[in-house]
Amino acid sequence: METVKINDIACNDLPWKIKYHPERCTLCGACIAACTFDAIGPKMERRRVTYTDSATPEPKTRFCAQPVIAQQNSIKNYCRGCGVCERVCPNNAISSERNPDSRFSVAYATVTASGPKRGGRNNLEVQARTLDTLRVGRISQMTDPSLDAQRHTFDCLAPLGRILPAGNLPLKQTADGKLIKDGHTPPVRWIYPVIIGDMSIGALSWRMWEAVAMAVAYLNEECGLPVRMCSGEGGMPVRLLKSKYLKYMILQIASGHFGWNRIIQAMPHMVEDPAGVLIKIGQGAKPGDGGLLMAAKVAEHIQAIRGVPKADLLSPPNHQGLYSIEESVQKMFLSFNAAFKFRVPVAIKVAASATSVSVFNNLVRDPYNIVGGFFLDGIDGGTGAAHDISLDHTGHPVVSKLRDCYLAAVAQGRQGQIPLWAAGGMGKTGNLAADAFKMFCLGANGVFTGKLILQMAGCLGNDHSRCNACNTGLCPVGITTQQPVLVKRLNPERVAQNIVNYFLAMDGELRKLMAPIGNSSLPVGRSDCLVSSDKAVADRLQVQYVC
Amino acid sequence: MCRIGAIKSRHYVHPSQALLLMQSQQKGHDNSGFAMVMQDLGGIFENYKHLPTLSLACTDEGLRIAKTIMDTRGFRLVHEWEPRTNRQPGLDIQAMPHYVFQTFDYPADYAAADQKAKQELLLDTRLELRREMEDNCIGFVYSFWPDVITLKEIGDPRDIGTFFNIWDTDDKFTARVITAQCRQNTNYAIVRYAAHPFFCQGYTALANGENTFYQKNREFQQSLHRGYIGFESDSQCFLYTLHHIHRQLGWPLSYYKHVITPLPFKEMVRREDQDQLLAMRQSLAHLEINGPNTIIGVLPDNTLFTCCDAKKLRPVVVGRDADTVVLSSEVCGINEILPDRNWETDIYPNEREIVVIDNNLEVQRWKQ
Repeated sequence: METVKINDIACNDLPWKIKYHPERCTLCGACIAACTFDAIGPKMERRRVTYTDSATPEPKTRFCAQPVIAQQNSIKNYCRGCGVCERVCPNNAISSERNPDSRFSVAYATVTASGPKRGGRNNLEVQARTLDTLRVGRISQMTDPSLDAQRHTFDCLAPLGRILPAGNLPLKQTADGKLIKDGHTPPVRWIYPVIIGDMSIGALSWRMWEAVAMAVAYLNEECGLPVRMCSGEGGMPVRLLKSKYLKYMILQIASGHFGWNRIIQAMPHMVEDPAGVLIKIGQGAKPGDGGLLMAAKVAEHIQAIRGVPKADLLSPPNHQGLYSIEESVQKMFLSFNAAFKFRVPVAIKVAASATSVSVFNNLVRDPYNIVGGFFLDGIDGGTGAAHDISLDHTGHPVVSKLRDCYLAAVAQGRQGQIPLWAAGGMGKTGNLAADAFKMFCLGANGVFTGKLILQMAGCLGNDHSRCNACNTGLCPVGITTQQPVLVKRLNPERVAQNIVNYFLAMDGELRKLMAPIGNSSLPVGRSDCLVSSDKAVADRLQVQYVC
Repeated sequence: MCRIGAIKSRHYVHPSQALLLMQSQQKGHDNSGFAMVMQDLGGIFENYKHLPTLSLACTDEGLRIAKTIMDTRGFRLVHEWEPRTNRQPGLDIQAMPHYVFQTFDYPADYAAADQKAKQELLLDTRLELRREMEDNCIGFVYSFWPDVITLKEIGDPRDIGTFFNIWDTDDKFTARVITAQCRQNTNYAIVRYAAHPFFCQGYTALANGENTFYQKNREFQQSLHRGYIGFESDSQCFLYTLHHIHRQLGWPLSYYKHVITPLPFKEMVRREDQDQLLAMRQSLAHLEINGPNTIIGVLPDNTLFTCCDAKKLRPVVVGRDADTVVLSSEVCGINEILPDRNWETDIYPNEREIVVIDNNLEVQRWKQ
């Protein structure tokens, strides 16, 4: 008998197991061709066959070699459970199954001397989401009739930009009793309260990024929804920088400054100002960790846009030139405000953290009035690539922290001066309108979301560890890959259409929530219209507990 | 639902007219209270227009506390009037032991003080009186301002009128501007401070309706000014916003409407003054009101105005004759006061205007 090789990787060590039905399989090879991870392959198996060759049963046995589809027992080419094999199989002969007894995280470290990495999501959250314990519980009725979501008009816009207290507005009264503006005020853009979050060219395939940009242009030009999209750290195509559609884009700068060489060179040729500049300090999915783009995804066009060689691209965990909030305001905010001659709002994105309120307090006291938004990103946010250890064990939920920041503003009478934008798991269960609305009530001016946009595009990953291989450059649906063969799996027109349709649906649903509370403007800070069925949540967020 | 009303006249008007104005709208309110603010006073107060009058409802202990505070601050009592009350059994009123209207001269060290300093003193004094009498309902201080009297009580307005003997017209207790309301709060606890009209430094406001942005308004206002306190009613927010816009920021009254019911963004961008309007909207986003309501307000110079919410339009009617203008939630109220007017000139304000009545009784309609 062969010795048991217990230390070899076996398929039951891996997080997913292939379920294969040879009797249904025609060996067409579609599944193997489609599997981007090389997690399955052809294999010959020795089979014992019982047969008879006479009119009456006279069973005989013979052995033969039969080709089958088999899972690779490899720590590199392991199955991510994306299910593409099942989608392409014409005979329902193959699928993948979650392995509850996986030894993967241990086995990976013992084999590679490093921790596993993944893209996508935080997968440890198994308890009910905070937002799901909240309901819109203050319904206008006889004292205050509801609005009509179909008939009435609603002002569903949110500010991006520094807002001055009324007493500091440069207003002068004319002889006929009119007030006129007599001086400069910081730029403020009123935009749709859902920003498409910062996903870079590089993290996304060019088709995916283009599809999002197309959707944004369509939403603005054809649907009248002033939706903005953030570039992510990694620059933008020069053609877009020089086009009129730049006004729908928020340019991001992060610690790697990737793409900014081309942005700066394009500035003299810009025909429109961008919608804003977003300085990324940290992100919610992996706070304290810098950006990471694996060399596998640094394709030729990415090298060109970013001005880099083909190598792992790591943004440092923080902006190396800065050591304090005050300094960041003076140096970074001032320089980006100045770059666009104080016409473009400059905001900051930080990871939700135990220290977020201190950061917010510092910014809200900014004496130069140049901090145009506080973007707070929570633990449930996504990322293109990160170490499991960061995704699973660092981070802070966004809901209570957003509330803390809002209440800190209230305590100082400064609510609204720096618009609050929240992200990190918005729309995680599929309904972004509900999540966004609840966040508004808790004090957010708006929300931003990225991961959900990928879901709209057809991402197969989920929050229960399915796929999440954005880091590999092997995205099976062409969203987070730079391999031309894979990118072609994605139909950008269809993706754009999906995004547009989702936003239109969401816009309708937002009205369906505003109407019953009788509000025609966004109910920012109206926590009185929320109730929670969880006492701890109710106490923490200062909303009414109901049972 | 609330019913609100206001009378502004060239002649001094007795508060029985305000009772009459509200009585005919009785089916629209719940007979739970009556409150009024009288401004531009006649009768026994006519000679004291330049001196502040304290409107106080209190216990014996409250009287003592008030005296101590006023003495300590150096106010000198020059005139006092306690209405004769009719404490007959069976009246539906939760009466206080004393209703006192005391007119004071300013402390000696304020002889040379400017108007603003005096106004701040009056507010601080009222706030102190209120604070010191707050516990155990010792007393309620509604206003302390020149040429202004406030009376509020819980009960049936008809019985409240009987209790204070204000059904019987005389020429001693009169004013050229009277604002009145007949109902106690239903959203929050019944307390005297929750009854409209509300008053702060010369500004009066009362409302019929709901302010669904109450929490936003309150959270913003409570750190704007020391006088923005109480918040026993969501309608107090209307007053504080008026005070903030007109007095603190010094903006013309027309911008009050732009702050509480801003134009939709789509309309705003078509306007020449969009820059200013947008700046106001974003800076004062937390003073926007939502929900159905009608507001009646009075400015320190006794200008009277009314405006409505941007959408759901609670009712208000403006009726007038040569000498008097009456605002009322229901036209039946005006019919009581001005039965012979030309009702064809009545104004039913729309959701995008302020109707303003100046001291010449000129009625202006300002489009937002």
